[in-house]
Amino acid sequence: MPKLVIDGEEIEVPAGYTVFQACELAGKEIPHFCYHPRLNIAGNCRMCLVEIEKSPKPVASCAMPAAEGMVVHTDSPLVHKARKGVLEFLLINHPLDCPICDQGGECDLQDLTLFYGPDHSRFEENKRAVADKYLGPLVATHMTRCIHCTRCIRFLTEVAGVPELGGCWRGEHLEITNYIERALHSELQGNIIDLCPVGALNSKPYQYRARIWELKKTESIDVMDAVGSNIRVDARGNEVMRILPRLHEEVNEEWISDKTRFAYDGLKYRRLDVPMVRRDGRLVEASWREAFRTLVDRMGELPGERMAFVLGDLVDAESMVLVRELAERLGCPHVDCRQDGAKIEGRLRAEYLFNTTIAGIEQADFCLLVGTNPRWEAPLVNARLRKRWRMGGFRVARIGAPFDLTYPVEDIGEGPETLKAVAEGEHEICEALAKAERPMLVLGPGAVARADGAAVLALAHRISERFGLLGEGWNGYNLLHTAAARVAGLDLGLLPGEGGRDLAGILKGVEAGEIELVWLLGADEIEVSRLAGAFVIYQGTHGDRAAPVADLVLPGAAYTEKNATWVNLEGRPQHGRLAVFPPGEAREDWKILRAASEALGRTVPLDNIFAVRARMAELAPQLARIDSVTPAEWGGFGRRGRLTEAPFVSPIADFYLTNPIARASKVMRQCSAEILRPVNEKATGTHG
Amino acid sequence: MLHDRDRIFTNLYGEQPWNLEAARKRGDWDGTKDLILRGREALVQEIKDSGLRGRGGAGFPTGLKWSFMPKQSDGGPVYLVVNADESEPGTCKDREIIRNDPHKLIEGCVLASAAMGCTHCYIYIRGEFVREARILEAAIAEAYEAGLVGRDACGSGYDIEIHLHRGAGAYICGEETGLLESLEGKKGQPRLKPPFPAAVGLYGRPTTVNNVETIAVVPTILRRGAAWFAGLGRQNNTGTKIFCISGHVNQPCTVEEEMGIPLKTLIEKHAGGVRGGWDNLLAIIPGGSSVPLIPKSVCEAVRMDFDSLREAQSGLGTAGVIVMDRSTDIVRAIARLSKFYMHESCGQCTPCREGTGWLWRMVTRLAEGKAEIAEIDLVWDVTKQIEGHTICALGDAAAWPVQGLIRHFRDELERRIVARKSGGDRAAA
Repeated sequence: MPKLVIDGEEIEVPAGYTVFQACELAGKEIPHFCYHPRLNIAGNCRMCLVEIEKSPKPVASCAMPAAEGMVVHTDSPLVHKARKGVLEFLLINHPLDCPICDQGGECDLQDLTLFYGPDHSRFEENKRAVADKYLGPLVATHMTRCIHCTRCIRFLTEVAGVPELGGCWRGEHLEITNYIERALHSELQGNIIDLCPVGALNSKPYQYRARIWELKKTESIDVMDAVGSNIRVDARGNEVMRILPRLHEEVNEEWISDKTRFAYDGLKYRRLDVPMVRRDGRLVEASWREAFRTLVDRMGELPGERMAFVLGDLVDAESMVLVRELAERLGCPHVDCRQDGAKIEGRLRAEYLFNTTIAGIEQADFCLLVGTNPRWEAPLVNARLRKRWRMGGFRVARIGAPFDLTYPVEDIGEGPETLKAVAEGEHEICEALAKAERPMLVLGPGAVARADGAAVLALAHRISERFGLLGEGWNGYNLLHTAAARVAGLDLGLLPGEGGRDLAGILKGVEAGEIELVWLLGADEIEVSRLAGAFVIYQGTHGDRAAPVADLVLPGAAYTEKNATWVNLEGRPQHGRLAVFPPGEAREDWKILRAASEALGRTVPLDNIFAVRARMAELAPQLARIDSVTPAEWGGFGRRGRLTEAPFVSPIADFYLTNPIARASKVMRQCSAEILRPVNEKATGTHG
Repeated sequence: MLHDRDRIFTNLYGEQPWNLEAARKRGDWDGTKDLILRGREALVQEIKDSGLRGRGGAGFPTGLKWSFMPKQSDGGPVYLVVNADESEPGTCKDREIIRNDPHKLIEGCVLASAAMGCTHCYIYIRGEFVREARILEAAIAEAYEAGLVGRDACGSGYDIEIHLHRGAGAYICGEETGLLESLEGKKGQPRLKPPFPAAVGLYGRPTTVNNVETIAVVPTILRRGAAWFAGLGRQNNTGTKIFCISGHVNQPCTVEEEMGIPLKTLIEKHAGGVRGGWDNLLAIIPGGSSVPLIPKSVCEAVRMDFDSLREAQSGLGTAGVIVMDRSTDIVRAIARLSKFYMHESCGQCTPCREGTGWLWRMVTRLAEGKAEIAEIDLVWDVTKQIEGHTICALGDAAAWPVQGLIRHFRDELERRIVARKSGGDRAAA
């Protein structure tokens, strides 16, 4: 623990700290551009220079280890002069286009110039101009503004693991470029926009749309995957203008995936903003009164066992409480929140949680991926796995389809037979698994959402118990979800009740005429064509896959349009907040369900969100503990059974188009076409 | 004046062949085994006692540098890297050594490696030195064949591999950490220090980077003893040094001389004097393009060693003496150097990337008088903003020549500005 003196105050800092970190600990602000705590130290901007006694030159504090007895000055004339000098150099070739620059108002260069910079320019020569680079549909470039801090290069190389940016040429001709001007291939690339301290890298969809001071910032939670990334929704009027990450060390650190960041334009297109009723084979607009009349006509007399509820991927926990209460009052046992058909039993929380927790990945030393492609299913879990791999001493093996996860993975098989071999200790990987101190296993949706899913779960259970995945303060068994709604649904028990049918059973029941009415709450990822025999109520936000086959459409609110709770894959409940109001006649989903229950004469007596949340806490006490993970108790799960031979396949075929909002987003469609399309897939003239 | 008997580089002019046979006749590879067997500590101590300072420009004591290397092996490799990326304008000493006396370098590599416990030595040679690289390659092959290098080098039981690596011709790759990056196959951009190469160098292992001349004098020092070497030159500036005299002299040459020889003597004795006589002298850059020039008045008495030249606000650098007589357009000459540094800046850190270009543009205008008098101070200011604020020394090297110009030729700068204002283009030149 070296002790040093910073501006006359003695301070003791942890060993391994840099002078920069020591200064921050001492409450001294050190201006900087290239330094970023989550990236390697580059030391190239020279803005963080401080004076250290006995050193003849000012020292770049970000790169200098703090040492015993150092006497540091951060406020001396030498330091001020050095900072001013560096800023002058940065500004000589930086365009004075702040009035039209998207970074204006949130620009490090602007801010630091205000506090430390020169008040006028002494530069009489011509400024340098740099050609802009094409980086794809997400990141816009204004390379003349670039100050060459290399944060973007370091982020893509280190955190994202997709080293597609670099520096070309040298001296004042140095340019940051991707060499070939083709779309970047990282699903985390949007973060370089936040990292860029100037306006060189901007958000293409947000470009020239708004000024930061016009925006209302709302802190919320993302629903594009089950990670529960903390986000800030910036809105102007009733329009979401952009989405940015918020810091949460245990979830998303300060990154978000591109789907989280850029899918918001999907909130504007294809919205269901008025109730609709099918008349003469066509959906026609109706009032809420008419809609409820239709609902009562079809549902009022129907016995509970002839109706069913299916819940989609983006549903909030409050709505699910209402579904549960309503189904109970209707005597309906056919409820399923697993629209992907996962064979999760849901009796035991440990079965369906990411028990290791996302931050816990950093403690693991071995990881077995089973039927999962975390890079697409949960990009930030994958980023954590990569972060762990970069620390060293981490081995990753996979059973499932090969895919570049940005770190080395040993492929040991593709299907359940390999998993079985591991469970029986007959695979060569078992030795490493047994030797590992903190091994973890990640079971993906591709492993459980299949006919033999229960048997796969049983195998995973066996591996967990056999190879020490469960230790003191350690649970290495993980299920990776892709849907933001799933864990809350399982926690609240939205599963078939006694004699109830699961999704497959419901669909069969519809075809057999045993189920006459299906209420889809945002459920689009099912085989909607098989619902033709039933009266379909679709409650949701987008005219996506299910709404066209619905007989009654109830417009709901999207995640940015309601105060609601989501539970991430670790079992961490978090509150999303209303940033804009739902469009038109659309209403918050729990309120629609509450109103429907009254119309049906089976009132659920939960009249405000507090009452709903109180009921939620009764049903699942852990959901009341906002932003904390309640560890799940271990027990038995899974069901031994016959395994099929089919290899595990991730359900996500297209990262950018996984839910109704993303599918409505033009930006996501463009990404899908440009980033995922194989490079050489061009019409050749003889391509058939 | 250096006696012939004290000369280390006895074949500097290539009068004899460079090959092993001839080198042996000149005394190279004589008793190398016994030298190696004296042990690490004795070898380092001998070099420390000799007072040898690095010949690459900075003049850091070589023995001290060697002693930074880990004393106890942790089982992994440690490296000796020889910097043969001689690119400093006005300097051509390493080239002559490699051309005509490569075995001095190779023997030096073996001994230095033995002194530091290195098993691998890399020689990073400038890409433009095509013939030199071929000669060195052939000389290394000869040494391997004769069992002087490789497993059980010289029969000492010590293994030492020497690899030659050709650069691609970037000045910045002559900076020690830029060189390491380049050697690793990356872009030649200097690293942040600390950590220094002695702790984290090539491939993350302890590494010492030495100049060709530094390594090439080691065998002779060890053979003739530290006292002999320390007896030459002046205190703290011991031994002999190769000087490269170019520019406006009657006989430009590369010559080995004693450290501390008066600059005037050096030029008059070896280079045939300044063109048109000593009085025709305008200024001299005494240590390669990176050091500030000194005007005639200073040249009269200054001695050619690290400390004397530092006192004269210049430096010995690589001892590339560039002589400029009164026919020189001194401002344009310095502007050309500024252009060189702008071109060779790696672009990594701000002051150098942005400052060198600004400097070049301003000095170019000053050469034509297209400036205001106040801008001279601005130029000075800019050099001060670059100097000492950069990752490596290239920033300093870009600033110093311009500082020298302003320090000693401010009158000339002002004259051009005034002349241009009153009389237009011609009067300024």
